[in-house]
Amino acid sequence: MVNIRPGDPLPERQYVCDSIQLFLYNAALWNAHRIHFDYPYTTEIEGYPGLVVAGPLMGDWLTQCVLDWLDEEGQLVSFEYSNRKAAFTGDELRSGGKVISSDPETGEVKLDLHIKNEADEVITPGKATVRFPAA
Amino acid sequence: MSTLLTPELLSNIGKSAPPKKELVTRRDIRKYSIATGHRQEKFLAGEEAPPMFHIALFWGVVEMEQLSPDGVFMDSFLPEFPLKRAMAGGWKIDYHRPVYPGDVLVAKRTLTAIYEKKGSQGPLIFYEITTEVESESGETILTEKTTRILR
Repeated sequence: MVNIRPGDPLPERQYVCDSIQLFLYNAALWNAHRIHFDYPYTTEIEGYPGLVVAGPLMGDWLTQCVLDWLDEEGQLVSFEYSNRKAAFTGDELRSGGKVISSDPETGEVKLDLHIKNEADEVITPGKATVRFPAA
Repeated sequence: MSTLLTPELLSNIGKSAPPKKELVTRRDIRKYSIATGHRQEKFLAGEEAPPMFHIALFWGVVEMEQLSPDGVFMDSFLPEFPLKRAMAGGWKIDYHRPVYPGDVLVAKRTLTAIYEKKGSQGPLIFYEITTEVESESGETILTEKTTRILR
């Protein structure tokens, strides 16, 4: 906690969602939205270039970014994100983020989070608040 | 400027769905943790649920006739919207305590907002659902606000 400073980066991780991961994720939800598994429908009817990576899956990746950085030392208090731009199976995506503020009094640290695509665009921005035990 | 939102549609703000109650199992946590790519052993072993697990736990299990041709269901407590195609939206979640296997959780959902925005390819309708997830004894586990977009 004492060493956490605004601007500190969170570790980046690369994700390449394939059709197997996308299937397993939507099966775990019971989500039958065809844009996640029906390639002809998704490309020909909906006009997407490929199967669409599920929005909340990318939201989950942002929580992984936080939890892997926390490494059990603090807890996630709040988390928000939005899906700004679609991603497709096979896209090389990267999660990451940075520390925005750190309050040693309360142990609260605010984080900015993102998923970026190959063009380096932020497609899924997010924010989180974590709390470390009081010193 | 609003063209799609009638007073009748807007009168649905404040409506609640019947509470959903679900049992958290180790197997469901494991499936979710593997499918999302989690690395921490406690999640992969199903000993604790990842923070977004409740999305899977409370996703609507509806009969096939209730799915639209694109495989999406509209919550039966939601009004019929004049736009039909669902886009992913955003989530905001406040956490109170982790979820463990054996927990029986209750989700109480309320439609808390409906509004319209102009998109680059036409109008978009946004609606917000607030979900309170509690333990059986009424302890708050998390509060989630979901915004969904229709085009």
